Amino acid sequence: MRFLMTTNGGGPAPDEALFAEMGELIHEMARSGILLATGGLGQGQHLSATGGDVSITDGPYAEAKETIVSFALIEVRSEEEALEVARRFWSVVGDGEGDVRPVFGPEG
Amino acid sequence: MSPQPRDPRGTLDAVYRLEGARIVAGLARTTRDIGLAEDSLQDAMVAAIEKWAADGIPANPAAWLTIEAKHRAIDRIRRSVNLTEKLGTVADSERQRTRVDIDEGGHDFDLIVRHEGIEDDVLRLLFATCDPVLGRETQVALTLRLLGGLSTREIAHLYLVPEATMAQRIVRGQRRLAAAGFAAEIPDAAERGARMRSVLEVVYLVFTEGHTSTVGEEWVRPQLCREALRLARMIATLTPDEPEVHALAALLELQASRLGARVDAHGDPVRLADQDRGLWDHLLIERGFRSLARAHALAETPGPYAIQAAIAASHARARSASDTDWATIAELYRMLSVLAPSPVVTLNHAVAVSRAAGPAEGLRLLDGLADSSELADHHLVAAVRAELLLELGDAWAASVELRRAAELAPNERERELYRGRAEGAGARRPPPD
Repeated sequence: MRFLMTTNGGGPAPDEALFAEMGELIHEMARSGILLATGGLGQGQHLSATGGDVSITDGPYAEAKETIVSFALIEVRSEEEALEVARRFWSVVGDGEGDVRPVFGPEG
Repeated sequence: MSPQPRDPRGTLDAVYRLEGARIVAGLARTTRDIGLAEDSLQDAMVAAIEKWAADGIPANPAAWLTIEAKHRAIDRIRRSVNLTEKLGTVADSERQRTRVDIDEGGHDFDLIVRHEGIEDDVLRLLFATCDPVLGRETQVALTLRLLGGLSTREIAHLYLVPEATMAQRIVRGQRRLAAAGFAAEIPDAAERGARMRSVLEVVYLVFTEGHTSTVGEEWVRPQLCREALRLARMIATLTPDEPEVHALAALLELQASRLGARVDAHGDPVRLADQDRGLWDHLLIERGFRSLARAHALAETPGPYAIQAAIAASHARARSASDTDWATIAELYRMLSVLAPSPVVTLNHAVAVSRAAGPAEGLRLLDGLADSSELADHHLVAAVRAELLLELGDAWAASVELRRAAELAPNERERELYRGRAEGAGARRPPPD
């Protein structure tokens, strides 16, 4: 089962110690064979479509704390496992919010 | 939107799967006894079910389990005869190497329990479960149990044997390992190479059993493939400089990328040439390419897994079956038949040659196989011969071969497939006089 863990913006800026801890955590996830992909997201552009008419603008954006700023795609055996990984992640980060959501796909 | 209550058992299972290998590996190093390490973790899990149900789940369940397992190990050692010697070993090295003091009780469960050398611990455990003193089946069972974090029941279920049988296999294996003595050191370079080959074989075997089942009615068991893939990824992180480890990871990523396309809606197998390539998992293909590039960068000459991964990569690169670069694949199989000769490799070589140079060339290579006792009665030889004969226009001879393949195939799904094709081929043309 695949899950997408996402973190929202708006939290305190990470310091060096947190970066190191996060690095260790990501390595740990790779070592247990569950991390498929991870990355951070920039601001980018906003798209909206009405009846097939597409417009691209640089706003309006949701508030920072409602915008995804990073993600990790993991492959685990159960939802509990995904939640444990996410819990571990957030206990290291300390403050902030995000989601963990199942990814629909061939492996269900 | 109130916080969801956590189910202690679900959390415990999850933590065991994610952290079990690390906990057992650390305990095995300090106690030099894998069986004791595993039993202690089991004790801790039993304690966790009661404690967590009563007091709630601790903030860091992994740390809680680690510490509890350590206490249980000490309890067990206290009860055993050689108390002084072993207890000394545990206490000394634990104090040096972890942030948790066993005698103080380590009550700060929020602490992330971590110490230098976890990777070596897990690697050592892996080398132990793939110890040549164990039979292959036992190596597989112990590796899935201790490194994969699967329960005995789950492993028994995956291999379609009674739970008691699997439990016995695991216990016996642990006894053999205990008798052989758990090596505290990573084996030296020469021994390490041999162990690594054994580890890779075990992982590959788990994958292939999932990929083409040899027992039961189902043709594929994807969960076994996923367990093998997870192990391969894990080992690649543990030994980042081993080219063949990355090559095996590449091979499994690439083969797993096609899992969703290998079975149709009825559960019947779909041949590579007939697969809907849109169903291939491109994330896994990309990961496979990356691992293969890493393997190439680490080794001057490719090993057997790197060659097999290169073959899988060739298929992955082809936009359609007719785009397949069969000349390259035939050459890779030729290299493989030199490096790791086996009848199955020769068979695949023959298929590739027939695609690159025509069915008559392929049949010529297959005729050379007739003497090989190992493959003479293999359903794949008959199936491939049938395919080549069909291409040459000899439908009757092809249907004979297909019926033979149906008799020899190991599972019902494949038998049905061959019977169906035999009827199709036989219907095409009346038998010649």
